[in-house]
Amino acid sequence: MQLRRRIESGFFKTLMILATLIIAGSLLMILYTIASKGMQSLTWDIISKVPEGGYYIGKGGGILNAIIGSLYISIGATVLGLAISIPIVLYVNIYAKRNSWLANITRLTFDVLFGIPSIVYGAFGFTIMVYFGLRASLLAGIITVTLLVIPILARAIDEVIRLAPTELSDATYALGATRWETSLIFLRQAIPGIITAILLSFGRAIGDAATVLFTAGYTDSIPTSLGQPTATLPLAIFFQLSSPIEEVQNRAYAAALILTFIVLIISLSAKYFSKKLSKHKI
Amino acid sequence: MTFESPHIRVKDLNVHIGGNHILKNINIDIPDKKLTSFIGPSGCGKTTLLKTFNRLLDRNKDVQIDGQVLVDGENIYGKDIEVTSMRQKMGLLSQRPFPLPMSIYDNIAYGPRLHGTIKKKELDILVEHYLTATGLWDEVKDRLNGSAARLSIGQQQRLCLARGLAVEPEIILGDEPTSALDPISTQKIEELFLQLKDKYTLVLVTHILRQARRLSDYIAFLYMGEIIEFGPTEDILLRPKEKLTQEYVKGYIS
Repeated sequence: MQLRRRIESGFFKTLMILATLIIAGSLLMILYTIASKGMQSLTWDIISKVPEGGYYIGKGGGILNAIIGSLYISIGATVLGLAISIPIVLYVNIYAKRNSWLANITRLTFDVLFGIPSIVYGAFGFTIMVYFGLRASLLAGIITVTLLVIPILARAIDEVIRLAPTELSDATYALGATRWETSLIFLRQAIPGIITAILLSFGRAIGDAATVLFTAGYTDSIPTSLGQPTATLPLAIFFQLSSPIEEVQNRAYAAALILTFIVLIISLSAKYFSKKLSKHKI
Repeated sequence: MTFESPHIRVKDLNVHIGGNHILKNINIDIPDKKLTSFIGPSGCGKTTLLKTFNRLLDRNKDVQIDGQVLVDGENIYGKDIEVTSMRQKMGLLSQRPFPLPMSIYDNIAYGPRLHGTIKKKELDILVEHYLTATGLWDEVKDRLNGSAARLSIGQQQRLCLARGLAVEPEIILGDEPTSALDPISTQKIEELFLQLKDKYTLVLVTHILRQARRLSDYIAFLYMGEIIEFGPTEDILLRPKEKLTQEYVKGYIS
């Protein structure tokens, strides 16, 4: 009996350590691959210049157009997504009755939307675009990516607001607060969760290629208005990696490195702000 | 037992939650500026009854409330009632303290701000007044801008009481307000309740008989959603008429 339990315990412990090593190992391998191939091409030019003529066959320039384009799209989509998902989440949690029919349907909808692959959003965005006679543009890209991130934002924020104790609303109502004033308290309470949601959404938005493939277009210049097409980092990686020229392929890894770095910075700053802003959280 | 001009009068109140009959034909008068306790075993409906007084049950679905709750003679389940201002008349102290996610100062100032006091000077006075009234001022005066979440749980409960008092209620509802507290904090809350009796009508839900005895003027004993007996503290605890009350008070049922 004792021996069997010891072996059992040892076996599962080994399994857990192994699983952890695989995950940590994969992350290191990914970082190593993009760093070793991309580092040599990661010059100041890559970050600070737009492609010059012949860039895609190995001549000078950089991918500033894609960096800026990706930032525009992911920031735009996250802001727009927040503006849509926060009211929905507040409605479901504060305005609708607890576990009401409408609230449950809304949550189910988000679960389904969450599972839809991004290429489907891309195709949907493309159809809408064609229907309205829009061309591939920054605006169309932002709208399509917004569709992609709304379920991410809404689910994550809903999760934290639901976790807030119901007695908190009893307390505000007892003080004579309206539902809107109560909503504000819940948002305050949920700040760390909202920041995590923003981070998730931003990471997904900046890294997704399929949604922007048909909708944002691709161009060598930095867009100056919402109606212009824009390059994005995932597509910059895709196009360069498909090149037979090694130098261009390496630039794809440099672009991947930049993308990873941006996500890393966002993660770390989100953690920092989340700590600062949640000092009053109960 | 009835009173001439009760602060709260409950008439033929029935509450169903999800098909269960939680409160059955409740009729009770809560006297003005006295402390009335609801006692009874877990699940007897005492908290539900308390929550019908400021309409906190409304938010749940499948809740059906029939009958009347008259506060100062006005039915709070009436058509024209404005729930927000009605609730403001009643402070609520829950089982565990729930400070708002903000500073100590802002917790107290929250209610007055909602209701139109915005001048810093007036708020300063209010904050000091209510923190003093709940014995917190000396403990927290140097960290008013610190987070309320950092206070001990006993301090948090007194903060919640101060926060409730700051909207100038007439009635204070306590839902087992000391059940999460240590003995010393409990004693402080109890002392506050005894002081508050002069100015406010207090309704307390408790499962601690000794606490009910120390604090209450009147006690209602609830069992399975019904009020079994209601009367002055001594009568209920020492000379109960009903057999169920006798058994509960002696500890045979709980």
